[in-house]
Amino acid sequence: MSETRNEQLAVLESMVRIRRVEERLAELFTQGNIPGFIHVSIGQEAVAAGVCSGLGPGDSVLTTHRGHGHAVAKGIELRRFMAEIYGRQNGFCKGRGGSMHVADRNVGVVGANGIVGGGLPIALGTALASQYRGEKTVTVCFFGDGASNEGTFHEALNIAALWSLPVVFCCENNSWAQFTPQSSYMKVTSVAQRAAGYGMPGTCVDGSDVTQVRAAAREAVERARSGGGPTLLECKVLRWQGHYVGDAQKYRAPDDVKEARTHDPIRSYAEVLGAAKVLEPGDLEKIEQCVKAEIDDAVAFAAASPMADPADLLTDVYA
Amino acid sequence: MMRETRYIKAINEALSEEMARDENVFVVGEDVGGAGGAFSATRDLLARFGPRRVRDTPISEAAIVGIATGAALRGLRPVAEIMFADFLTLAMDQIVNQLAKARYMFGGMYTMPVVIRAPCGAGLHAGPQHSQSLEAWFAHVPGLKVVMPATPHDVKGLLKSAIRDDNPVLFLENKALYAMKGEIPDGEYLVPIGKAEVKRPGKDVTVVATSRMVHESLEAARILAASGIDVEVLDLRTITPLDREAILQSVARTGRLVVAHEAVKAFGVGAEIVAMVCEERPALLRAPPARVGAPFVPVPFAQEKLYLPAAADVVRAVQGVVSA
Repeated sequence: MSETRNEQLAVLESMVRIRRVEERLAELFTQGNIPGFIHVSIGQEAVAAGVCSGLGPGDSVLTTHRGHGHAVAKGIELRRFMAEIYGRQNGFCKGRGGSMHVADRNVGVVGANGIVGGGLPIALGTALASQYRGEKTVTVCFFGDGASNEGTFHEALNIAALWSLPVVFCCENNSWAQFTPQSSYMKVTSVAQRAAGYGMPGTCVDGSDVTQVRAAAREAVERARSGGGPTLLECKVLRWQGHYVGDAQKYRAPDDVKEARTHDPIRSYAEVLGAAKVLEPGDLEKIEQCVKAEIDDAVAFAAASPMADPADLLTDVYA
Repeated sequence: MMRETRYIKAINEALSEEMARDENVFVVGEDVGGAGGAFSATRDLLARFGPRRVRDTPISEAAIVGIATGAALRGLRPVAEIMFADFLTLAMDQIVNQLAKARYMFGGMYTMPVVIRAPCGAGLHAGPQHSQSLEAWFAHVPGLKVVMPATPHDVKGLLKSAIRDDNPVLFLENKALYAMKGEIPDGEYLVPIGKAEVKRPGKDVTVVATSRMVHESLEAARILAASGIDVEVLDLRTITPLDREAILQSVARTGRLVVAHEAVKAFGVGAEIVAMVCEERPALLRAPPARVGAPFVPVPFAQEKLYLPAAADVVRAVQGVVSA
């Protein structure tokens, strides 16, 4: 496997972009600039960046309430993304969806979903559309370990395998279902084991290691693209923060959080690239500067955007 | 030229014609392929259009609706079959939170041309979990259209319109009507969604009826004609969007209103229609309106006849309204 320096730096940059976007979102939310609530994926950036690095604009991504990273990695335009989360008129959804419903069909971000497990059956349909039309496009459906206990998980994986649909079910297993630890809701600790029950391959990787994620995702995407059917790809990740921004995590041992934060996918990939002389002194600073400028611009755009238009309250219910 | 056909055959013709007309239309559901549908609505479609467009699924109702939703997000025009309307409950998240909201929630980014066909209603002794009329639940959800055709003519024309509609349409067929025969035109025709139709003109009282109750109301009108009461039967045909104009125009002619549906009376479509008339044009009413519907119990297996609203109930309601 050979990949260019640019590809590797792009993956690093994508992770940095997700991290800084979510740090900024958390800050803006805490300051009261964003209504509702915000769920961040800080510490889990390798999954979004790694999986999406192997996708093209024609491929579809469905994501979750913790989905900023997937949308950003898939190439969503940051200005309208930020405006949506601000609830503004020129957000992607005219301020009707917010953080949990960001979408941009033009880059294949089909839509984020506020219902745990709600996207899994929909991924069957987006993948079926590719197969129906004879396209070589694929769907990636992100979900969590909590969602794997919903009935929709079972229905979706069975049909995807049965019909050899071009879909990758990417489970981000962060071992928490909101405030409840995994030992309280699953007998098995690996969601990937469940793939066997559907007759599809299941793979489990360290979701903090973007190199592992990329390799496993590449294989799964290639299988889907070439007509080989679905894969259940499990990425074990660590939740650095609470379920939502502001969650004091009193239900969680402080050492557990501390330990989680020692697994930093950005720092470790930067070290790998540094050791390989791919990342040269000054490169990371340049990436940070570039990302900061993009985010500053997006936030300024969102903050200056008009509020959601009252005249729009009643439109778009029907076509 | 007109010809006679059965309600179920009219559905089959609509599906077949629309699939031939538009490559993006496909059907998906349990037993829709090889078996031709539990009630034969999709008979011969597999042979004609092949397994790509006629897709048998596992018993997975949430997935069936999810497939339709996802395919519509990518520009296809799925027609999903849920074998009994009672089983829509297994797909409620996909219908209510996903399909119905996708267009609004995503800022108008998508059109959602999905039809969900489901047989509703009692009369076949199918018991409490295979006989319900749940249209009021779905009529309460912004983003859905709900259609309930009463005749072979209307079921064909409305299904074709539903398939061509760019919105999610819940298409509730009454399975007690599947064997019913009626006249339909030979050539292609459409019946518009959102338009009620006067099935029998009359001057004394308006009976707004849905689905099977259209026929019970027509029977009631024949009975009442003998005692000099002239009943107008307005077949609602579409629940949402509600044809307010047709209802108000009819009540303007008669001055009296009865609403008849098979669903339980409490919190039903009848309540909405009565409230709408009372709010918008109370002066039209010369007497308090009345509702005919099922009692507030699950559909019983053995005592279906006792449970089901019928012509006699409409007769009583009309007599009450006329003598008030």
